[in-house]
Amino acid sequence: MRFELMYESFFKILKGVPLTLEVVFISTLLGFGLAIIVALMRISDNKLYSVPAYSFIYLIRGTPLLLQLYFVYYGISQFSFVRESFLWPILKEPFWCGIITLTISTGAYSAEIIRGGIQSVSQGYIESGKALGLGRISLFFRIVMPITIRQALPAYGNELILMVKASSLISIVTLMEITGIARTIISKTYAPVEIFLVAGSIYLFINFIITRLVKYAENRLSIPST
Amino acid sequence: MLEAISFGDAGWGDEMLMGAFWTVAVSISSILLGLVIGIIFAGFKLSSIRVLNLIAEFYTTVIRGVPELLVIYLLFFGGGSAVMYVAKIFGYFGYIELQPFVIGTLAVGAISGAYSTEVIRGAVNAIPRSQFETGSALGLKGFRLYQKIIFPQVARLALPGIGNVWQITLKDTALISVTGLVEIMRQSRIASGSTHEPFIFYTIAIILYLIITRVSNVAFDKAEIRYSRGFVKRKIS
Repeated sequence: MRFELMYESFFKILKGVPLTLEVVFISTLLGFGLAIIVALMRISDNKLYSVPAYSFIYLIRGTPLLLQLYFVYYGISQFSFVRESFLWPILKEPFWCGIITLTISTGAYSAEIIRGGIQSVSQGYIESGKALGLGRISLFFRIVMPITIRQALPAYGNELILMVKASSLISIVTLMEITGIARTIISKTYAPVEIFLVAGSIYLFINFIITRLVKYAENRLSIPST
Repeated sequence: MLEAISFGDAGWGDEMLMGAFWTVAVSISSILLGLVIGIIFAGFKLSSIRVLNLIAEFYTTVIRGVPELLVIYLLFFGGGSAVMYVAKIFGYFGYIELQPFVIGTLAVGAISGAYSTEVIRGAVNAIPRSQFETGSALGLKGFRLYQKIIFPQVARLALPGIGNVWQITLKDTALISVTGLVEIMRQSRIASGSTHEPFIFYTIAIILYLIITRVSNVAFDKAEIRYSRGFVKRKIS
């Protein structure tokens, strides 16, 4: 073990943490919005909504994230009409391609989690809400959503950890977050075990904090037992 | 455009199919390695020996909390020297270079193993205590008890979970394209680099993965029905 190297690289790798967190934060936020829309489409009785939502989820869950990233980063930019469009300033940036890919990915996975949550809301609550004279929208935001969030939170916590792990892929399109910096140090120093331990510990620490936060939220939202 | 995906020397059709073959091959060898690891570490987790519990807990926590890519880099850069280190103990001092296929199997197998551990542990835990007691009453001990009574039931209970692990494993093999194994992912990179048609080749890659996913879903569903023969009512056609 080269402890001095581990100590030095710890501070180098730490510089990648903000980028990892930034990417995870932005794409989780956008992905959550996407997931609600997809989940609602998925449970709709109208095939015009449910079939596209189902296909989208199937497509994303059935293919590797790396392939999705390459598709967005290299595949779409092949066409000159894309390169000439107003979207090009966004699509030429590896950062935004990473955000787009991760947003789409978590959108599909979380949609299934949220769908499970929404479907677990019992009919009685919805009827009570209607009896109170709530309209469709306030019924959704005041009755269905709060119960869904409580139900889906444990599974969503897992999804957050998967997102932290997934964000490492953006290092392949040249972004220097935790894994990207770790890889650079490994190929320079040839000390894979040491660097793995350092970078791995940082990831474990981030995921530990997320687990704690989710647990805290779960406790806050749970029905107090009498 | 059609020329690019045709078979033979001019196109990349046959190369892409070869890529699909390697994806499936490395996925199968990884999940098999993962199952072996999973059985051992599930045993560790269920054991009453504290040290074994800790080792298994450490392994699954690290693998499930650290990006797959880091694990792959660890084995890609460190796998060769680890094997040479072991070889030295056995008196071999030559240089050993691991094939990308072997590195890929080790890395993805190690990841897959952590998930399999949890699935198998869960399945063993789901078996009623009485099954163990009945087995002992019949005079079966240790390995025989597991072989005759527990494993057949674990296999049935673990099957849906293993189906999920298979999906994860299949998708994780895309990451070992960074080690140089020419599977679907790497082949489509090579093909799109050479033809300047990334859109087409990544689309083909997507289709290939979806076909593999679909076929394996059907296979796992069939297996599940087969293994639960004694438990669900068969449809009367």
